[in-house]
Amino acid sequence: MSDSDPAPGDYELPYDSDVEVDDIETGSLEAVASSRPVHLRPIFLLIVGVGGAAGTLARYTLQQMVEPVGGVPVITLVINAVGAFLLGLLLENLVRRGEDRGRRRVLRLLLGTGALGGFTTYSALSVDTLTLLHEGRVGLALLYAMGTLVAGVAASILGIAVGIRANRRADRRATGSDSTGGKR
Amino acid sequence: MAALLLTVLVAVSGGLGAIIRFVVDGVVRSRLGSRYPFGTTVINLSGAMLLGFVTSLALGQVLSNDWRLMLGTGLLGGYTTFSTASFETVRLLQAGRYGAALCNGVGMLVVSVLLAGAGFWLGTLIAGS
Repeated sequence: MSDSDPAPGDYELPYDSDVEVDDIETGSLEAVASSRPVHLRPIFLLIVGVGGAAGTLARYTLQQMVEPVGGVPVITLVINAVGAFLLGLLLENLVRRGEDRGRRRVLRLLLGTGALGGFTTYSALSVDTLTLLHEGRVGLALLYAMGTLVAGVAASILGIAVGIRANRRADRRATGSDSTGGKR
Repeated sequence: MAALLLTVLVAVSGGLGAIIRFVVDGVVRSRLGSRYPFGTTVINLSGAMLLGFVTSLALGQVLSNDWRLMLGTGLLGGYTTFSTASFETVRLLQAGRYGAALCNGVGMLVVSVLLAGAGFWLGTLIAGS
């Protein structure tokens, strides 16, 4: 990835949303105080923890409220798909507003890494699939696992697309002209 | 345990899980780089195996249902993440790296189910069930 200083619209989404590649804030007092990587700074750990607790609370509450349908935890699939959509939407919006620092970084860690990371779950997907296989319901297990996977990818793409559209509209209102909307 | 207290403990466990994920992801990334999302892979595979283990212990009555919810639904649910995995698969697709995307999508899921099975089996050894 390029380490140069692109214009705000030129930032690309990171492969991994959770940590920054070039996380060195050079030339500021903050850089001296925070030479530790982001994932080892107490304040960021706290922000991720608060978000993670809120996301887990929402998932737990929904799972308590909605019973599995024919042994299939449909609510977990819905939670995972909704979370994937919201993460795509969030990261697309943040990346189009500029560099990952300050308030944008707090929002990414609180809402993305924390809340949506805690809201969605991979371990339950794996174990619920295993349980269906163990019960000999192989077709249903495949349907549930692959259905979740496809729904997650589709939801992410949709979230990113909605984010791009929303930002284009905002750009047009701001400038009165059509925006090229970055690299994509 | 009172339902409200249990709910709070599940949420707090989830917050702790998210913090562990954040640190593990950062450490893995600093070692292996970020061309491929190894961090999320390590997290989801280890979390699936541990949840298989916890589920097995709970079925074998070694862990109470409250502990299963705190460790399984809370800690491991907060630790593992589906949204980031999906997003990263889409990023790999966008970059035209279809093999890597398939590996991150289908590959991770298949291996995670196998590891969940391994964790479950380990649990039955301890629970003796």
